[in-house]
Amino acid sequence: MTASLRRIWGLMYRHLALYRRSWPRLLELAYWPTLQMCIWGFTASFFASRIGSSSTAVLGMLLGAVLLWEVALRSQMGVAISFLEEIWSRNLGHVFVSPLRPWELVAALIGMSVIRMTAGVLPAVLLAWVLYSFNLFSMGPVLILFAVNLMVMGWWVSLGVVSLILRHGAGAEALAWSVLFGLTPFSAVFYPVSVLPGWVQPVALALPSAHVFEGMRTALASGRVDFGQLTWAIGLNIVWMGGAIVLFSRQFRAARTRGALLSIGE
Amino acid sequence: MPQDAIVVTNLTKRYAATLAVDNIDFAVPSGATVGLLGGNGAGKTTTIAMLLGLLIPTAGTLHVLGHDMATDRFAALARMNFSSPYVALPARLSVAENLKVYGHLYDVRGIDRRIAELADQLDLGPLLNRPAGELSAGQKTRVALAKSLINRPDVLLLDEPTASLDPDTGDQVRSWLERYRAESGCTILLASHNMAEVERLCSHVLMMKQGRIVDRGSPDELLSRYGQETLEEVFLDIARNRQKSDA
Repeated sequence: MTASLRRIWGLMYRHLALYRRSWPRLLELAYWPTLQMCIWGFTASFFASRIGSSSTAVLGMLLGAVLLWEVALRSQMGVAISFLEEIWSRNLGHVFVSPLRPWELVAALIGMSVIRMTAGVLPAVLLAWVLYSFNLFSMGPVLILFAVNLMVMGWWVSLGVVSLILRHGAGAEALAWSVLFGLTPFSAVFYPVSVLPGWVQPVALALPSAHVFEGMRTALASGRVDFGQLTWAIGLNIVWMGGAIVLFSRQFRAARTRGALLSIGE
Repeated sequence: MPQDAIVVTNLTKRYAATLAVDNIDFAVPSGATVGLLGGNGAGKTTTIAMLLGLLIPTAGTLHVLGHDMATDRFAALARMNFSSPYVALPARLSVAENLKVYGHLYDVRGIDRRIAELADQLDLGPLLNRPAGELSAGQKTRVALAKSLINRPDVLLLDEPTASLDPDTGDQVRSWLERYRAESGCTILLASHNMAEVERLCSHVLMMKQGRIVDRGSPDELLSRYGQETLEEVFLDIARNRQKSDA
């Protein structure tokens, strides 16, 4: 294993050890995705039973949207909360005087985000199959592309949140839970972009999530892969991720200039 | 002649209107233990934070083990370590898990063997499986020391390593530091308020006040220069602006 990989693994091991010794933490990972899936699943079942012939499609679109949006939410929280764990334990001083590079820190946070997201969303996916006979994987391999795009979106949003925490300290903590919820209306998770008022549509189309969910609805309704929407999602993710990396680098350097790495969280 | 492990030149740190460190120069020879003494707000912690790369200087340069901390800090950080009672280790992880985390971060080979060595040397065996947050202050200090030695550092920066310890535990820690330095040849920079500790451990002392180094020398030289019997009296002379000739 290279030194970089060992350092990344070291930081991931620190978080995994926490989960190993705390079942409530593990339970919490799956709690919200499962709860969301149950509430939306029963609601969708109720409305679908009133609609009639197209009920299966409606149920599928709502459940698919809930589960995929959880991929973005859990990915974002996975990075931001793992970073906050370092602040809460007042451990950042030790981490940042080790040879861990900032990009290795981000890689470890992303690694934890993938693990947290998988542990959180997979039980909800299985439950959707058991309760509503909805198989998320029926979309085919394109599902992986949708999920990866939403994960990447979660990562760049959380890099923005981490940057704000570096800039504003513990006062910005609440954003770790709330910021992506604020993007839900613009992400066209449960409805097409065309439903939104005209002036909001450009905002929605600037987000990779809106293109992913448009693509998901096409895939579920017709079985067709909309490569145009996928290309937009990938392109926008590259642009936003680039911006988030620049923001993080600048805020990290600014925190080193202000001395915030030792006092952050106080 | 041994090379200097730490070389600080024209180092300045300014926060808005506050000048925390004001154009200081010093060098720490390889294998020496040097004390950084001064009252609260003298600039000791700021200087250590800059040496660790946690803080970017406003002006000046820092070289540690020949590496420029502005451009090549990670090469130096791999061969350094740091301990302070004011920076915690994750409380919910066991002592062994904490040491393993830092073993990985410092790319230590044979981590389990190294942890066993440190547990033996610092009498941590019974604590290894206990959560770090449940330890007493003295036990936490020993664990923090073990963490700071996990990579067998060539340069060790210690910020008040025996603060809040009872005299017996403080004495054990000082004995251990003396033994470690003698065996490893490690360079130690020690910021402390404990004058007896500095007198015992340090071959050279830098006296800081209001961000500047106002005097320097071996403990004996300082005692003789100020005509005092203890470093504490020298410290008070400097803190209260009593001139060397007045003392």
